[in-house]
Amino acid sequence: MSTPQSQPTPAHSQTQPPNQPAPAQGLPAPGSPAPQAAGSGPGITGPAPAGHGAAVPARPVPQRTPQGPPQGAAPWPGQAPLGGYVSPIPIRKATLADAVAAEWTKIRSIRSTVWTLGSMVLLIVGIGLLAAFVVSATDSTGATQTERVPVLILGIYGTMLSLICVITLGVLTMSSEYGTGLIRTTLTACPDRARVLTAKAIVFFLLTFVTTTVATTLVAVATEGIAGRLGAVPTAGQWLKATVGVSVFMSLVGVLALAVGAMLRHSAGAIAVMLAVVMMPLVLAMFLGVSDLTELRSWLLLYSIPNQLGVFYDVSAGEGPSGWDPLWIMTLVTGAALGGAYLSLAKRDA
Amino acid sequence: MIELEGLTKHYSDVRAVDHLTFTVRPGIVTGFLGPNGAGKSTTMRMMLDLDNPSSGTVRIDGRHYRELRDPLRVVGALLDAKAMHGGRSAYNHLLCLAQSNGIPKARVREVLDTVGLTSVARKRTKGFSLGMGQRLGIAAALLGDPRILMFDEPVNGLDPEGIHWIRNLMKSLATQGRTVFVSSHLMSEMALTADHLVVIGQGKLLADTSMTDFIKENSRSYVRMRSPEQERLREILRGAGIDVTPGEEGALEVEGEDAAHLGELAARHRITLHELSPRSASLEEAFMRLTAGSVEYHAHENHRPPESPAQSPAGPGAGWGADWRKKGS
Repeated sequence: MSTPQSQPTPAHSQTQPPNQPAPAQGLPAPGSPAPQAAGSGPGITGPAPAGHGAAVPARPVPQRTPQGPPQGAAPWPGQAPLGGYVSPIPIRKATLADAVAAEWTKIRSIRSTVWTLGSMVLLIVGIGLLAAFVVSATDSTGATQTERVPVLILGIYGTMLSLICVITLGVLTMSSEYGTGLIRTTLTACPDRARVLTAKAIVFFLLTFVTTTVATTLVAVATEGIAGRLGAVPTAGQWLKATVGVSVFMSLVGVLALAVGAMLRHSAGAIAVMLAVVMMPLVLAMFLGVSDLTELRSWLLLYSIPNQLGVFYDVSAGEGPSGWDPLWIMTLVTGAALGGAYLSLAKRDA
Repeated sequence: MIELEGLTKHYSDVRAVDHLTFTVRPGIVTGFLGPNGAGKSTTMRMMLDLDNPSSGTVRIDGRHYRELRDPLRVVGALLDAKAMHGGRSAYNHLLCLAQSNGIPKARVREVLDTVGLTSVARKRTKGFSLGMGQRLGIAAALLGDPRILMFDEPVNGLDPEGIHWIRNLMKSLATQGRTVFVSSHLMSEMALTADHLVVIGQGKLLADTSMTDFIKENSRSYVRMRSPEQERLREILRGAGIDVTPGEEGALEVEGEDAAHLGELAARHRITLHELSPRSASLEEAFMRLTAGSVEYHAHENHRPPESPAQSPAGPGAGWGADWRKKGS
């Protein structure tokens, strides 16, 4: 098939690099003259300079017949003789997998992802190793021989701090689309709000989970190597909780941040709300210390996100969640927030 | 084909779009014209199901937009040249859109080539000029090789060569049998591109007509005459069976007569003429009159545009139109 653009077009502009092959879809390249079949009456595009006012002469303007077949052979691939246009590109139904692929391209192609995940890994590994070295050097965990726990717990400082990175990335994944207006392009390409949200959540969760698991495992192994002699020998369950458990939990907090970002549509606002969700229970508990509301106070302490994170390292401030409980709690909370985010996407104007 | 039926959008108590009913047909370029704030973009956002209408429906080839499973294959839209993440490269921006609709990767290169952005494909869009952003938006619209194309103010920020290119692009897309719907606030631009015109003002439909009819009804050439003896001139013209309409600043306007003939007529009666000038009302002026009328017609709930040339040709719009041409050139 030959396209009209393959003829030399001397008027090419600087935007068209030299030696470009003719566009395979047969659309005119910038600056190339319109194909003969463009349906323009000579009195209309002819001598009129671009962008000028249309002073209309008294004589009738030639009637255009754009629906008619172009003169000569059809220069366009996939041309329908009349009415509708049929594309030559094979059509297949788009699925959730396509949306996931698109979101993966999105999240890997911006620098903020690399920066936030990079600093997250640095925080987890750096602080974890530092704690291990300090403890090893001072030769004491501060615990008596009877209440010895595995030194895996030293990882908690890094993971707790790196929650900030996870929250930031989670919020940005959604709210940056609102900030830039990209969300309108995204929803035009995929009007199924549930699919967009699900794809984003899946991609974000997996990426965060894999990164955190690598970082926490690294820290866990290193800590045991450096300071393991000072603590109890961790069981398989403790190993699993301090690595995979912590990672799933942190990723869920990130998805919660993503949902909050979708509901608030504002990066700074959503990050502030998420930090409040993490910090406020502790702050409130401090204020409640002077009053009689000890039950509420201990509840706030036990179910605060930092304390739930501590459960994975077998440290908890009391009879709150234990074992794998924080995972189920966070799954419920995140699920509810995702529901709210979906409603917000479906009901509000983009 | 896009069908709008009674499409309405309220923002608290403002009616941005007010019972719009019209059909955008395939095979032609349909111009969507209105002054700034007339509700063009809101209408287009509702067509794409980005904004929820207060009432009314939009059907894309008989279906709601949200029912389309791979919408980029059906509708390609350029809404906002800056609707992209500045930190992402042009290639990746298009790639993620292609992936979301299962469009082959090779198509990304093709559309980049079509719009002439191949050399900056790997550059982050943050550094793009408005014109480059516009081209990238057009590339995104073409990605799925769709049957329907919607462009919101596509010539914004493009250089003259780019404007020429997009004009030809739209026409060739329509010639292929696609539905092409393009908004603009520039009548002159539409006159060069569109085959059909939909004009709105204050969210209301003012005109839904073919370009040819619009030109026929609104283009008007006349001779402007001024004389210190205006009354006598009028009498003589009337006596010769020539219709006279009063124009701006006490001038007389005569339609359908040759300026030379009028000059000779005046000379025969020894009338001093201060002005004898052949004029033609521009489409821009016609558009101004149409939309300026929407304010006035708003109060009377009358949606008919003042299409008749008998309407005072020297409306408030005439001055703006002239002014606009200066800016646009």
